[in-house]
Amino acid sequence: MTPVLLEVKGVTLQYKTPRHLVTATYQVDFTVHQSDRYVILGPSGCGKSTLLKAVGGFMAPVEGSIRIHGREVEAPGPDRMMVFQEFEQLMPWKNVFQNVLFPMKVTHKFSRAEAVERANAAIEKVQLTQFRDIYPHMLSGGMKMRVAIARAMALEPDILLMDEPFAALDALTRRAMQQELLSLWDQLHFTVLFVTHSIEEAILIGSRILVLSPHPGRVRAELDAARFNFANIDQSEFGAMTKRIHRLLFGDDTSRAIGREKASA
Amino acid sequence: MSIAERHTPASEVERPEFERQPVDSGAIGDVERPLSFSERLFRSEVVQRLNILVALILFWQLYSYWLDDSLLFPSFTETVRMFWSDIKSGMLINRTVTSLETLAMGYACGLAVAAVLTTFAVISNTGTRILSTLTAMFNPLPAIALLPMALIWFGLGTPSLVFVIIHSVLWAVSLNTLSGFRSVPETLRMSGRNVGLKGARYVALILIPAAFPSILAGLKIGWAFAWRTLVAAELVFGVSSRSGGIGWYIFEARNDLDTPRVFSGLLTVILIGLLVESVIFRAIEARTVNLWGMQR
Repeated sequence: MTPVLLEVKGVTLQYKTPRHLVTATYQVDFTVHQSDRYVILGPSGCGKSTLLKAVGGFMAPVEGSIRIHGREVEAPGPDRMMVFQEFEQLMPWKNVFQNVLFPMKVTHKFSRAEAVERANAAIEKVQLTQFRDIYPHMLSGGMKMRVAIARAMALEPDILLMDEPFAALDALTRRAMQQELLSLWDQLHFTVLFVTHSIEEAILIGSRILVLSPHPGRVRAELDAARFNFANIDQSEFGAMTKRIHRLLFGDDTSRAIGREKASA
Repeated sequence: MSIAERHTPASEVERPEFERQPVDSGAIGDVERPLSFSERLFRSEVVQRLNILVALILFWQLYSYWLDDSLLFPSFTETVRMFWSDIKSGMLINRTVTSLETLAMGYACGLAVAAVLTTFAVISNTGTRILSTLTAMFNPLPAIALLPMALIWFGLGTPSLVFVIIHSVLWAVSLNTLSGFRSVPETLRMSGRNVGLKGARYVALILIPAAFPSILAGLKIGWAFAWRTLVAAELVFGVSSRSGGIGWYIFEARNDLDTPRVFSGLLTVILIGLLVESVIFRAIEARTVNLWGMQR
């Protein structure tokens, strides 16, 4: 039995805008095991990014608890490295190598020599060795994302938190990045908590999929998707899974569901 | 046009599918090649700025030649001759060094106070309110307007000058630094906090480099304010205890109706301005914000 890594129990999240108090998620439970590729899927505005931020320690739940290895999450920490959707997560004043090295340097998790070695290895894994000394503004969106992933993985966190990391990429690059992430996982078997709003991406990337209901996010289903990959993307079982998730998100009648969405928005 | 008309039946236009190897692109040469010396020279900023300077000097010389009145508007050559002889006699250098010493002292003190104020403003909300109120109050207040009071408080001499320079540097620098800190993207802040950075390390490792374009702009504005305030202040009360600065040099020359010397003083003020801007600040920019792609 794989040990439980992350345990989220009855988490309700609320944040304040200048005019409103918004409830993002309501009493969400889920558990992530070691080496899971755990995907949180939901329509926009279901609080999935907020949920990830809470796991990251950037906001505290109003009720419920988030535990990692049994310890309560209280503040951001390098045991939960985040990869954001935006490209500006890289430090423009550091080149690729320095960016990857930075978290290891400030956390003192590794010795200097080991950190350098790990940074180089991580950069090689994401195939950016020839861009090692380039500054982020010279890189394409996909390359920046690969640096961000390399930076997060070099630190060897307990869990990798990815907030729609491929959403801002073009479709071709996104497909290449999905493949790359899966092949990295095949080598390293890291644990990743992945937020997306794409059903296809969820089925491809995820081994487990948590489906959230719209506004506020509540658990709708947890599905096993470990058997799906790029090899069977065109098979009927994949299509059936897509339809099933679609039904979970929008109900049987899509047009009525969209109408309801609009009314509630 | 109806939909049916737009869809031409496939049989009318023959468009066979094809696949082929891409054509050989060797004919265009290397896909990436270094620019030649003349191409680089033409693009260089130094060359372009020199051209502008030469044009301005030419205009100056022609105008004074046409006016032909060295009391009103001495020519470039006359000014340079005076400039050179005063440099050789050491007087101009002495005056300039005196000014620059005072300037460096005031600038450094101003930056130190600005650093303390902005750090306080970043850490606490009260600090932000205090700083933004103070900046709103004092930034529009000309430093020179404080000079009469400064003379009463600190006496005739360097302390008064340093005081007005601090005033002219402090608010410009704090205002820019604070607005730079505020505009650091949220994602960048979060990725800093993600690795556990807090307090002074967070400010030093994330906020300052991320806000560096604004900070640098503040430093430049602050430097220009300080330099002009200093020259103006020296013009107003002239000599301090033992030796006067560049402002005093200009003031003295004007009293003697020695216009070429006045111009030589003005030229010195401009040259130092150009030098600091295009050598010191340019070098800092090239090694930081330009290299990082935060400014072009």
